[in-house]
Amino acid sequence: MDLFEYQAKALFAEFDVPVPPGGRVAGTPEEAEAIATDIGGVVVVKAQVKTGGRGKAGGVKLAQDAAAARAAAQAILGMDIKGHTVRAVLVEPASQIAEEYYASFLLDRANRTFLAMCSHAGGMDIEEVAATQPEALAKIPVDPLAGVDPQTAAAIVAEGGLPEEVRSQAAAVLVQLWRVFAESDATLVEVNPLIRTADDRIVALDGKVTLDGNAEFRHDWDTYHDVEATDPLEVRAKQKNLNYVKLYGGQVGIIGNGAGLVMSALDVVAYAGEDYGGIRPANFLDIGGGASAEVMANGLDIVLSDPDVRSVFVNVFGGITACDAVADGIVSAIRMVEQDGSLDKQLVVRLDGNNAPEGHRILDEFDHPRITRVDSMDDAARRAAQLAAAGA
Amino acid sequence: MSIWLNEGSRVLVQGITGSEGTKHTRRMVASGTNVVAGVTPGKGGQDVDGIPVFSSVGDAVAETRADVSVVFVPPRFAKGAVTETIDAGVGLCVVITEGIPVHDSAYFWAYNVSKGEPTRIIGPNCPGIISPGRSNVGITPADITGPGRIGLVSKSGTLTYQMMYELRDIGFSTCVGIGGDPIVGTTHIDALQAFENDPDTDAIIMIGEIGGDAEERAAAYIEQRISKPVVGYVAGFTAPEGKTMGHAGAIVSGSAGTAAAKQEALEKVGVKVGRTPSESAALMREILTSAGTR
Repeated sequence: MDLFEYQAKALFAEFDVPVPPGGRVAGTPEEAEAIATDIGGVVVVKAQVKTGGRGKAGGVKLAQDAAAARAAAQAILGMDIKGHTVRAVLVEPASQIAEEYYASFLLDRANRTFLAMCSHAGGMDIEEVAATQPEALAKIPVDPLAGVDPQTAAAIVAEGGLPEEVRSQAAAVLVQLWRVFAESDATLVEVNPLIRTADDRIVALDGKVTLDGNAEFRHDWDTYHDVEATDPLEVRAKQKNLNYVKLYGGQVGIIGNGAGLVMSALDVVAYAGEDYGGIRPANFLDIGGGASAEVMANGLDIVLSDPDVRSVFVNVFGGITACDAVADGIVSAIRMVEQDGSLDKQLVVRLDGNNAPEGHRILDEFDHPRITRVDSMDDAARRAAQLAAAGA
Repeated sequence: MSIWLNEGSRVLVQGITGSEGTKHTRRMVASGTNVVAGVTPGKGGQDVDGIPVFSSVGDAVAETRADVSVVFVPPRFAKGAVTETIDAGVGLCVVITEGIPVHDSAYFWAYNVSKGEPTRIIGPNCPGIISPGRSNVGITPADITGPGRIGLVSKSGTLTYQMMYELRDIGFSTCVGIGGDPIVGTTHIDALQAFENDPDTDAIIMIGEIGGDAEERAAAYIEQRISKPVVGYVAGFTAPEGKTMGHAGAIVSGSAGTAAAKQEALEKVGVKVGRTPSESAALMREILTSAGTR
């Protein structure tokens, strides 16, 4: 779960990481003007989007006074930055920047540990720094058992080549950033730039934080859920505890059990779809292990309500999941749909594994003209792509 | 032979009195696994279908000489359960639990390393390990296929089942589900190495998915160290950037972790990679037929 900059900075402030004081988020030009008035003096107005490159896109503007802040917010709100619509801006006092550094903590999957990264060459894209001047980017493993104490932090900023005179101050900030990372269950805490102000203070001028969704049970993260930016079908699926991702530009709805098998079903449909004018999968939906008929019915209900979907591919290999429960779920979802109207999409169903013969029997008995039962995954995907291409 | 798990394995179930723990204990026992103990804190002295329950892993090991642990406890208790297993010196710990915070997994992995790696951890968020006909630890259905000479390592549970089903007439030495989390205790490379050294494994099938670079690193390892034929399959070609696809670790970040990059890395070192699970199964079949090893 990614945070907006203003959320990251609020989190930083909770852990005593210095950020520009008095910054607040605005959803309208009027709010931006009011915040700028409160702050007084020169402010910076920054688009709140969960993607990089907003500066280049014109999403960050300096404003000399409140009226200028209003105009800047007017220009930025509603802007599209790499497919993200700007719905809010952060208004905060402009900083006097003497130097720009870089600092981050992240998960190092390859080494199964955490990593600190630090550089005196901050302010630009860190992947570019890594590529063009790797010696300027220090990468130091952090032992999850030990964490980052003042001594470790001092080593990190020294390795990153920060000037001697600011190292102790920067190290203290890093210790606090580590606390943000560890105590907030983050998988990424990145500050770029971490600035040295004209009066030699170290301040986090930007903040990027990714939180581990698996740790939500021990935090209160309700305010971080970004419902507005989420597809309405994804919101509905989430309410039903379904693991659903909408894929734009697709025509075949996919339902399966197990993340790997569902991803595979998506790929196999796209592969078969190449022969039918580029038919693509329209969603990812994993009903999980041991799914009941109700879970299956809820899933099918969501996929059927997607107007992009022309055919549906149900692909289940029952391990714990019982194929008869899946078949029962299909039958009850279709009965539900037909109470309000008629089923206008074709279903292709492939069931193997746990209780497959009983699942087949249930579907054969139901004998619905819009359900096709196919024995293998590849053939079923091909059939679903073909039906979608034919407009179902 | 098989890797890491065989008919002599003595299995203890952590979280045996929970609904998942009890259900899967019964399934494991039914498939011939030697389940000798269960552990649930505070419930020592009880039993599940005659299997004695202990309050700690240490007690269970002392009484029953269990040498494999399988963890079904809820996510919030998993860190404690795994560190307890490490402290008790259990050689293999299979963590089925899905949804463990990655800071907890990083912690128990680091803890294991700090103790000199007394425990091989498999998972978390995995189906477990099965040596068909010998022992089955986890939630893999035991009736898909029988013993044979293919070794399988996979991030995905259901793709493991699918592949076992595709090649059910040939059979498997051991199938290891390493799990779909960002930090796992056993990697593709660990399994590849073990299969290379296993005299009863003739060929290896490796299943990967988007996220991280474990497959790329496995490819480099295969080039240097693996002499047995390897067939691959990678899921997630159609996954969009920045979205988590079910598994916590299955995410394409920027241009990193794509299925295409993984396929390319594998093919570059001579691993044949199918575009569908069936294609990969067919490639494996060809290899075994041409080598005449069946």
